[in-house]
Amino acid sequence: MIPELGQFSLVLALLLALAQGVLPLVGAWRGNGALMAVARPAAAGQAIFVFAAMAILIHAFLAFDFSVAYVADNSNLALPWYYRVTAVWGAHEGSMLLWVFILNVWSLALAAFSRHLPPAFLSRVLAVLGLIGVGFLAFILFTSNPFLRELPRPADGGDLNPVLQDPGMTFHPPVLYMGYVGFSVAFAFSIAALLGGELEQAWVRWARPWTNVAWAFLTLGIVAGSWWAYAELGWGGWWFWDPVENASFMPWLVGVALIHAQAVTEKRGSLPAWTVLLSLFAFSLSLLGTFLVRSGVLTSVHAFASDPRRGLYILGFLVVVIGGSLLLYAIRAPKVATGKPFDALSRETGIMVANLLFTTAAAMVLLGTLFPLIGDAFNLGRVSVGPPYFGFLFVLLMAPAVLLLPYGPYLRWGRAEGRQLTVVSLRAGLAAVVCAIAAAWFADGRVRAVAGVAGAVWVAAGTLAYALKRWREMPSGRRYPAEMAGMLVAHLGVAIFLIGVMLSESLSVERDVRMAPGQTEAVGGYQFRFDGVRETDGPNWTADEGEVSVLRDGAFVTTMRPQKRTYSRGQVQSESAIDPGLFRDVYVALGEPMDARHPEGAWAVRLYHKPFVRWIWLGGLFMMAGGFLAAAERRFRTHKQARDLPATSATESVA
Amino acid sequence: MNPTRKRRLAIVISVVFAASVAVSLTVFALQRNMSYLFTPSQVQEGQATPYATFRLGGMVKAGSIQRAGDSLKVSFIVVDDGGAMPVEYTGILPDLFRDNQSVIATGRMADGRFIASEVLAKHDENYMPKELKDAMAKAHDKRHIDDTPSKDAPR
Repeated sequence: MIPELGQFSLVLALLLALAQGVLPLVGAWRGNGALMAVARPAAAGQAIFVFAAMAILIHAFLAFDFSVAYVADNSNLALPWYYRVTAVWGAHEGSMLLWVFILNVWSLALAAFSRHLPPAFLSRVLAVLGLIGVGFLAFILFTSNPFLRELPRPADGGDLNPVLQDPGMTFHPPVLYMGYVGFSVAFAFSIAALLGGELEQAWVRWARPWTNVAWAFLTLGIVAGSWWAYAELGWGGWWFWDPVENASFMPWLVGVALIHAQAVTEKRGSLPAWTVLLSLFAFSLSLLGTFLVRSGVLTSVHAFASDPRRGLYILGFLVVVIGGSLLLYAIRAPKVATGKPFDALSRETGIMVANLLFTTAAAMVLLGTLFPLIGDAFNLGRVSVGPPYFGFLFVLLMAPAVLLLPYGPYLRWGRAEGRQLTVVSLRAGLAAVVCAIAAAWFADGRVRAVAGVAGAVWVAAGTLAYALKRWREMPSGRRYPAEMAGMLVAHLGVAIFLIGVMLSESLSVERDVRMAPGQTEAVGGYQFRFDGVRETDGPNWTADEGEVSVLRDGAFVTTMRPQKRTYSRGQVQSESAIDPGLFRDVYVALGEPMDARHPEGAWAVRLYHKPFVRWIWLGGLFMMAGGFLAAAERRFRTHKQARDLPATSATESVA
Repeated sequence: MNPTRKRRLAIVISVVFAASVAVSLTVFALQRNMSYLFTPSQVQEGQATPYATFRLGGMVKAGSIQRAGDSLKVSFIVVDDGGAMPVEYTGILPDLFRDNQSVIATGRMADGRFIASEVLAKHDENYMPKELKDAMAKAHDKRHIDDTPSKDAPR
């Protein structure tokens, strides 16, 4: 009975979403206040029913209700309660419900915190979110209902995919979706602005905090996913250029461009059309991401759902959303250049160049990701593009961005002074060269490590020098407004990330070795002694657990216990053992027994020493913190009228 | 030319230049990194000959996995409907690697054997990479068509 209530809630939510999507639009068009007033209560109603459906699905998992097919497929009696909760989004149907759930979190937040917006504008924004909700709720109800019954009720269920039974998986999908779906808010603002013809700066200022928060969540989601892949997939990589990783990375890249373009449009009124276009792209790529992950059109380790009907629906939905919004853009986008004029040497130009680099990078990732489809369409055979393609082009595109980054804060709006730029180039350049020489000493002249240190110091020195300049020149209290602080923190994150990537990529030592009990191998200055394998078990698995003692110069460091788990349905899953550290990770994973009949004998073992690998995620966390900080800017919350022009002076302005 | 036109010309020229650089680099990177997938029978027909490295997809033949006694070297045979290809690999195989599993190996041919640098196994029991499924279906169709003339041949 209870699961039917869940389905019933979804039907009601769909009806309310329809009301939220259509009536306020009509109201805003005809100037009918009563119809516009429908938007907020309808959004609240839709949210209540979607939340109820989510709660019911979670309850079904917690109560072992195997009469629900989705529960029976993805959980069993032995699965611990926390993985039963995360199993809700462990497969396709639940993920879609999570998508809608998060869409409603965003709509609800928007309805609650945007009372100061002009009613016509707010009702259009909520209506667009309502229409997106209609699309996804109909998708759930017609193609992927998580509440379908399976009769007769099986005594026990299947299992959650073992790679998903990991702490990283508990929060990676919700956070990633917070980011994906969050771009729908920027999208809705853009559509509302296009519909209303209010293409002036005011709407961008309202959209900025939402975009920043969405981007920060997306950053955290990607960081969590990368960390999960590192810890769980068992070969110690943190990024694979896998189609699904790319799917989350494309909106992120466009998001970077978008938050900077929004700053230009808000402060100077320039590039409004470009900003609108980027918001459309960011959300379209988020939808495409959903499509790529869930339709199984591309070969990927994540594509656990393959159902052409669903793919077709999302494809149709994509065509309607992207095609419709681009059509609207073509009709309504501003034709004349607006905003204050700017010189060739100005912050506007700098941001434009960076924008081009980031959107080109996103296009390059898109091309590489969709290449198998293109190859198929042109009958080139079964082709896919390997990671070196992405690595080569991405580095090429991001190197100029890194080079330009320290100048960002120094560039003035409108017209920059060359003298200051020379000073910062000299200072940051000197710091970078000195550190690069020092790094060359330590890294035995490995080019990538040296380049990484030079790039990171270049960025960090430039950013810190600007922070210092603000400290000296501004009165206390006005030194670091939230937006400025966010920019500085995020840019420092880039430096930390660079260190992490370049040092871990160039200095890591990875060895796959055959080890008999008692044997010792040296990797990266550590000695690893294999002490054999014993059997152990957990709630729903049994495992061969290896014991590896790690020593450094004969002194004991730690004992590591990598596992080779066998789950109840027979799936095998390696659990790597990681000894984390700020400056190095030691990573041990079990391969297979050299003789399957003698697990007490020799094993294949992966021994990795990964310097600075944590800095990759630390840098990501800094970027995320920067996004949240910038969103907290007080200026975004002041309730000025739409006509007010921003009163920022050129000196006070920030990126 | 007046200054505005001059500026526009400069912008247009730099955009065209940047675009052509981007396109040529992308084409270069694509050409270098395109990786084709073939099944053992397609390889035996010589379809993979033009490519230095490619991906080999098929099923691991039951009982064909052999380990070296003293190193991580392992050899196995990948089969599809009409062909078989011995594969050599040094390293740790993925968790899901076992008899009768579909695998995709990246590598090159040497002395009639496929020397793999990377081996991927399918993600879970019910899932066969779509790419591989299509390639095997295609190889199968081809064989079917090839069969027909050979029946007609001894006229």
